[in-house]
Amino acid sequence: MTTTDRGRGAQRSRTVELGMPTVASDPHGHLRGREPFPVAAHRALADTQLRQNLGHATRTIRAKRAAVVGEVDDWEELRRAGECLKAGVMARLPELLEQLEASVTARGGVVHWARDAQEANRIVVDLVRATGADEVVKVKSMATQETGLNEALGEAGIAALETDLAELIVQLSDDTPSHFLVPAIHRNRSEIRDIFLREMPGVDPDLTDEPRRLAMAARAHLRRKFLSARVGISGVNFAVADSGTISVVESEGNGRMCLTLPDTLITVMGVEKIVPTWSDLEVFLQLLPRSSTGERMNPYTSTWSGVTPGDGPQAFHLVLLDNGRSNVLASPDGRQALHCIRCSACLNVCPVYERTGGHAYGSIYPGPIGAVLSPQLTGIDGPDDVNASLPYASSLCGACFDACPVRIDIPHLLVQQRAAAVAAHGRPTAQDLAMRAAAAAMATPGRFSLLERAMKLGRLFGRSGRIRSVPGPGAAAWFGARDMPPPPAETFREWWARRQERS
Amino acid sequence: MRIALVATCLGDAMFPQAPRATVELLERLGHEVVFPADQTCCGQMYVNTGYLDLALPLVRHHVDVFSGAADVVVAPSGSCVGCVRHQHAMVARRGGDEELARAAEDLAARTYELSELLVDVLGVTDVGAYYPHRVIYHPTCHSLRMLRVGDKPLRLLREVRGLTLTELPDAEVCCGFGGTFAVKNAETSTAMLADKMANVLSTHAEVCTAGDTSCLMHIGGGLSRLRSGVRTVHLAEILASTEQGVTA
Amino acid sequence: MTSARDEVLARLRAARDAGGSTPPEVPRTYRRTGSHAPGSAGAVDRLEETLTDYRATVHRVAGEDGVPAAIARVLADAGATTVVAPPGVPERWLAEATASVRSDDPPLSVADLDRVDAVVTGAAVAIADTGTFVLDALAPDQGRRAISLVPDHHVCVVRAAEVVSSVPEALARLDPDGPLTFVSGPSATSDIELDRVEGVHGPRRLDVVLVAGHEV
Repeated sequence: MTTTDRGRGAQRSRTVELGMPTVASDPHGHLRGREPFPVAAHRALADTQLRQNLGHATRTIRAKRAAVVGEVDDWEELRRAGECLKAGVMARLPELLEQLEASVTARGGVVHWARDAQEANRIVVDLVRATGADEVVKVKSMATQETGLNEALGEAGIAALETDLAELIVQLSDDTPSHFLVPAIHRNRSEIRDIFLREMPGVDPDLTDEPRRLAMAARAHLRRKFLSARVGISGVNFAVADSGTISVVESEGNGRMCLTLPDTLITVMGVEKIVPTWSDLEVFLQLLPRSSTGERMNPYTSTWSGVTPGDGPQAFHLVLLDNGRSNVLASPDGRQALHCIRCSACLNVCPVYERTGGHAYGSIYPGPIGAVLSPQLTGIDGPDDVNASLPYASSLCGACFDACPVRIDIPHLLVQQRAAAVAAHGRPTAQDLAMRAAAAAMATPGRFSLLERAMKLGRLFGRSGRIRSVPGPGAAAWFGARDMPPPPAETFREWWARRQERS
Repeated sequence: MRIALVATCLGDAMFPQAPRATVELLERLGHEVVFPADQTCCGQMYVNTGYLDLALPLVRHHVDVFSGAADVVVAPSGSCVGCVRHQHAMVARRGGDEELARAAEDLAARTYELSELLVDVLGVTDVGAYYPHRVIYHPTCHSLRMLRVGDKPLRLLREVRGLTLTELPDAEVCCGFGGTFAVKNAETSTAMLADKMANVLSTHAEVCTAGDTSCLMHIGGGLSRLRSGVRTVHLAEILASTEQGVTA
Repeated sequence: MTSARDEVLARLRAARDAGGSTPPEVPRTYRRTGSHAPGSAGAVDRLEETLTDYRATVHRVAGEDGVPAAIARVLADAGATTVVAPPGVPERWLAEATASVRSDDPPLSVADLDRVDAVVTGAAVAIADTGTFVLDALAPDQGRRAISLVPDHHVCVVRAAEVVSSVPEALARLDPDGPLTFVSGPSATSDIELDRVEGVHGPRRLDVVLVAGHEV
């Protein structure tokens, strides 16, 4: 069944089925799915429509990114500068945050601190209630997706209206995001048209699936909301510590609407999204758009510092969110995951993401960076924690590192998180025992050659020339799609010994 | 030059033709190859599955066996050299053994993947090979992105007489092997393999070659299951072939 | 009870100390000046290319004298009957326009702005490499942000002296104290199959009047 066939009810159950908690009852918010990666991937791999949509979208964006990155002859120098700037931020994070707090406060903003997702949501809900508004307009933000803010607002009787086109598609279809940049990357144009026709009040019934027409429908749908909004909610791309400047990078102008027209602006940022000085943005404003949408520059970047009399919201609140980030910071290597600027280039080049999509990762942070960020943010809670499966959702092919604009060594972090997953095993698992036995055999040369001789029994399985199956659970996984040659009649070391004797 | 061979555990036990070809090729080029018989495994599988503690004795053993063996060390495997170069010292440091880490770094600096050894150290691209077949080259992720071997294997292949080199579409995309990934996420691995095989078959090549036995085991395992008729052959075997055939 | 602030900062300090507190040297080996000198013909030409590439329409005029006619022409072409401009826009820029000019002093309501067809502004700086101009809300000829956001047609006058090649050169000229808006083409989205289509919530039509001495 393709996703286009599903009705609204089916959409709901699909959401649950895909393992995304629908209520942020976990204090961490949406950082953990409900089933391990291979189980979720099994369903995604069989979804023809999803595979087509993802294949098309990631191929398109890879080509665009390659073209605009190729134009920049100092790209590698920019990446190195970005890497070191972020490492420097981590080394001075508490001081930079205090500096940001002081500079935002001096410019008329109010700074709030949140230990976890629930606390951040509570702060935002109270701020909105104080304005008396029962509706807020939101510009897409990973931080508020992470905390599950929309559900928290909903429980408080406040409607949260997502205004980014892809986020709107996700919200209208009661779905969950599957990509940082394009939360509805798993939908194609005709599915989007169907969603609009079904869920968008007053939509033109003759709406076609032409992307321009779909964008116009979104404009018409949101226009009145923007013009009357009293409260806007945003995330942050970069916060500048010394000037108290916040920046939001976007395309459609929905960000400008949310940041400019309401009386009150509430901005939620993960504590890591900070840069020391204004001029440091000269690196990131080059790295981000080219890596993200594959553009030289995104259509709109807004920056503001506190409150400006006569322009924009006259009340500005900045909520600084920890929610596990201090856990990540404590790891000398692992903290690299906090360098991420959410460009999604690693998702777009990842051969695993391209085939499974983002929902399979469970956490709101999918793809290679999600696979190393989510388990660090939540910690790995025993062998059955679904986030323990995320670091294994990679062939370690390394394409993510090459694409990462701030040179996060994702393959190394994947290995490190695999070690963390193994360390979280309480009692030894079957895999642990097999690994220990094999490693013990490898550690001494005599035992290794004995093992090689024992393996020759495998020749019995391959009398027809190829082995097509052998007993055992791991073997079944391999032999589902692959043969194996029988072990050779003579190992290399036997050949070598024979040759040495001859000479 | 005196060159110590890492046969690799997989090469030794399952695919001896790759290390054998490496020996014959290097000897044909006038070098002395030694095979330290106590060698076992570089520990890559344990590191990459998260068993860094289990890998530590293997790293120590590898460093003990190879440190004094020769001036340079070669392995016909991008991923094993990748492990030696980028992971051994890390495993040692994590295990609190700084002395081992430094010894591992010293050894890593003298350890080369076959195409690196030939082109960078020995300065040859024409190794005098003859291989009259239509061939595609799969650049394997660890050779490409861990070792950055670039086009060295292609430069070697272009000098092989009789060989028709055909371009593999999406060559730089992973074949889906990834060590235990192929078992722990077998279905995703299979989906990646399917696309790799489709690209291989689109070229109508006879032979798919690479610098890593493990990736070839994976691609070859799929191609064989399909009865595609396309063979997987290690780069060393092609480079060792002459008009007199392989003397192994 | 410890405040969230104190607790988060204490956690972060402990974690930072555990993970390492020595900032690395930042290698500033990337290019901080562009391939064309600020205001040069090369920079202006490149700006025209990159603006056009992302669907802004560029109108070259040889000098300030050409601005009023160019503005009148683009407003007429778009069929604009009303236009708003921030207080600092030179009056003569709009002198030849047939559209009626709405003053933003006192400030127009959002609903009023929504009924205005077009807006004319200057720019603080433009970036040739990326096809970007930047509006500084504190600059009198650029004005408060809503003015250049709500009307569906934006006409921006960029002078050669405001054109730099690169992002670093642009940021060095900007003061982040007031709100800034970096604009690169009309509003667009890549949210449908990651293909770019123009025209969402921001102005759907963007004309840039480029004032540069060597008209082509």
